[in-house]
Amino acid sequence: MCTCFLVYLATSPLEHAVTANTTTDLQQPPLAVEMRGIVKRFPGVLANDHVNFELRAGEIHALLGENGAGKSTLMNILAGLYKQDAGTIKVKGKTLEFSSPRDAIKAGIGMVHQHFMLVPSQTVTENILLGLDEPRFLMRLQEYDKKIADLGDKYGLKVDPRTKIWQLSVGEQQRVELLKMLYRGADVLVMDEPTAVLAPQEIEGLFETLHSMVAQGKSVIFISHKLNEVASIADRVSVLRRGKVTASGVPAKGVSRQELASMMVGREVALAVDKKPKTPGEIILDVKDVHAENDKGLPCLRGLSLHVRAGEIVGIAGVAGNGQVELSQVIAGLRPCKKGQALLNGKKVSNRDTRYGIEHGMSYVPEDRTHVGSSPNLSVTDNVIMKNYRKPPISKGSMLDMSAATKFAQELKEAYDIIVPTVNTPVRLLSGGNLQRVILAREISGHPNFMVAVQPTRGLDVGAIEGVHRLLLTQREADAAVLLISEELEELIALSDRIYVIYEGRMMGEIKVEGAEPDKTLMDAIGLMMTGTPLEQIHMEGAPTHG
Amino acid sequence: MSDQAIQPVEVTPPGEDPKKGTRGKIWQALLVPALAVLTGLLIGAIAILAVGENPLEAYGALFAGSFGTPDRFIEGFQTYFASGDTSKLLRAIYPITESLVATTPYIFAALSVALGFRCGLFNIGAEGQVLMGALCSAYIGYSITGLPAFVHLPLAILAGAAGGAVWGMIPGYLKARFGAHEVVNTIMMNWIAFKLSDWLLKGPMQASGSRPVTPNVEATAELPRFFPDPLRLNWGFVLALAVAWLVYWFLFKTTLGFEIRSVGASPDAAKYAGMNVTRNFVLVMAIAGGLAGLAGTAQVLGVDHWVGQGFSSGYGFDSIALALLGKSHPFGVVLSALLFGFLRSGATRMQSMAGIPIDIISIIQGLIVIFIAAPAIIRWIYRIRAIPVSDEAMRTRGWGG
Repeated sequence: MCTCFLVYLATSPLEHAVTANTTTDLQQPPLAVEMRGIVKRFPGVLANDHVNFELRAGEIHALLGENGAGKSTLMNILAGLYKQDAGTIKVKGKTLEFSSPRDAIKAGIGMVHQHFMLVPSQTVTENILLGLDEPRFLMRLQEYDKKIADLGDKYGLKVDPRTKIWQLSVGEQQRVELLKMLYRGADVLVMDEPTAVLAPQEIEGLFETLHSMVAQGKSVIFISHKLNEVASIADRVSVLRRGKVTASGVPAKGVSRQELASMMVGREVALAVDKKPKTPGEIILDVKDVHAENDKGLPCLRGLSLHVRAGEIVGIAGVAGNGQVELSQVIAGLRPCKKGQALLNGKKVSNRDTRYGIEHGMSYVPEDRTHVGSSPNLSVTDNVIMKNYRKPPISKGSMLDMSAATKFAQELKEAYDIIVPTVNTPVRLLSGGNLQRVILAREISGHPNFMVAVQPTRGLDVGAIEGVHRLLLTQREADAAVLLISEELEELIALSDRIYVIYEGRMMGEIKVEGAEPDKTLMDAIGLMMTGTPLEQIHMEGAPTHG
Repeated sequence: MSDQAIQPVEVTPPGEDPKKGTRGKIWQALLVPALAVLTGLLIGAIAILAVGENPLEAYGALFAGSFGTPDRFIEGFQTYFASGDTSKLLRAIYPITESLVATTPYIFAALSVALGFRCGLFNIGAEGQVLMGALCSAYIGYSITGLPAFVHLPLAILAGAAGGAVWGMIPGYLKARFGAHEVVNTIMMNWIAFKLSDWLLKGPMQASGSRPVTPNVEATAELPRFFPDPLRLNWGFVLALAVAWLVYWFLFKTTLGFEIRSVGASPDAAKYAGMNVTRNFVLVMAIAGGLAGLAGTAQVLGVDHWVGQGFSSGYGFDSIALALLGKSHPFGVVLSALLFGFLRSGATRMQSMAGIPIDIISIIQGLIVIFIAAPAIIRWIYRIRAIPVSDEAMRTRGWGG
């Protein structure tokens, strides 16, 4: 049994962790899941190359890896969605063969996918019962409502069973997915990047839930590529890189973020950004008392004023849904501005043709890369010329010069390290990081003097995030004004020269950032502002403020 | 599951190998439609067997009906070389010319639907647009007299295009301005066109006599025919090929075409890139309407020379299938229109020669469309690996899109 706890390590600095670990192994609880020598091959790719993975009963085990490292494949095998080419799966000591997700659920393994599989027009109870043979014939849902409410109470998953899914927030929908698995008797919960879609407080709520589930004997596999989360939630960590295990079952406390990052990426990664001191220039973007409505017709921006100068990165902090996205849309001319205006280089851009802003030096990296920032079925070439196809050399008069366009795309592919077989490949086949590089390549190649970037690193892995940060900083170096909207506070503090915090479409205050290290008082102040306390009411020590 | 499932394709996307070049790509694009046609014919053969007929005989008659028979060709050439008499030769090529005559309106109408698809619009209104094009061309054709052909004919053609364009533009404008779904509105416009034509043919546009038909168009408005009667092949077919090339050029070589394709591929991305999405909706519906209108024009000015009730006989609806079959590419559309034209024209012969009901052809056409719409069936039958790369055919979004 003891050999099962052997820790595979790729890098030597961790060896002390190994010795520290083996001494305590004898008292460890039994294994909930044991995967041995898993091999999974896709055409042209070895997704899992003799992967060993083990989950102890009652632990939260983080599975780290970049996009495409094979972690989802491994978990899809465990959940019965894929069949492994070689290798064995043992659940609670018994070797099992899964031929469908049903078998995996029967064995007590439940997977919560990144994209929820819920029917929006049905209630929570109906969704949970979907696919089960109960209730039989008569739809007496009241008793099930009660059962599900009780189950929710037991694990701290508060959701009203009679609410329809579309009325729930993303965090609540995730709870429904968890309830669905618990109702089916899952003991092992596989969470595929559960935090990617959540707001900061929702993440905290999820972590509490996971802890309470583990306390009640469940085990959790937590797929992620976010290093800071792993440290705060997981007991142990396994890392995959290109289908191979680079760390297996390392205690999360005994390993640094830097070490995890290099195990994921296979090289040293600069987690800290290198921001040089710089004096900002003229005001490029001037937002004056902007009011706007959201898609539901409710006010979402209520008199917002801010400005961005040349050569500075200005961050907008706020919990998702407090008007950040709408602000970027007003600036880009994609959303009507009810009152006030946004000026670019002194000229009005709000309530104006989107094309006007584009032609006057505005670039925009939207939140939704796959449907707004790019056109998934069009090629890389078509996507990179979407903003300059009306100008030479891409077009002459009303004629498109496709060979010039291909040449342009080829140049961007080289310059921005876009990994793609040919520039004719549709961008829907690109990974998130590559797609973001295509978008940034297009936006930066127009030599903007102003850039608004919304969640530019969301869902990207460490290596890709590093690249995006570098590109944003080069814009600052090139004296462009950058408005960075992000929910990652650390990212904002690392990159920004100033941060505005908004709450329910109102300005809560402005903070000047000095030094790239996140400082506790600063973080706390921003946290308070994000939940609705204006800066004037916060008594801060140390952190310099103005505005 | 998402990123891993995509991963393998990213490394070696089949059909995207630059070394294979365009020939490989064209072959890939044609493979599934060709197999769909073959499978349709095979299952059609079973249907023919089921009604107690011989499929070989039936398909022989179908072939003879659409292409002609070799011995007639030989006889035709022999007589021509022996005596200079072309009558037998003309009789030999008659089936082919009739097939091309049947193809012509299909090309125009299917181009109309295909252009709509490219912009993410579902133009179900081709039927009505065909009718409006026919009526407008006919009106200009018979009501104006004394013009020379080089003025009268273009005028009549333009009138047809304009009639269809207006009929297409109205739903386009309603979508752009009010968000009204084009499927509903084009269907409604079809009914308006049908009833309007009924009224016109029994009233203002009725020729003297009791039949609800228009007068014959002036000779100066007719599309010239290539051969003496009864061969009806005319310049309409050449015009259709030229227009198909023009649509290709417009879609793939101009900035406006790029905008249209971008809007069709993702309206949100197009809007974000500064393109005027709603303007493109109106523009494309107008051009699509004009193309469908030309189908009516070609039929009136080239073949019938008048318009009667029940004029269009479903060109507009068949064209939806044709656009799908041709993957919304102008050249693909021409090929699929040729296929349907030859099947239709041969079917008439099959009915008279082999006694097989003409409806068999409808069954075969239906099967082909099903196989094209669900290529997974064909891939499964013939064990072809899926090509996830150049799947650009159908981009129209669902309701409320």
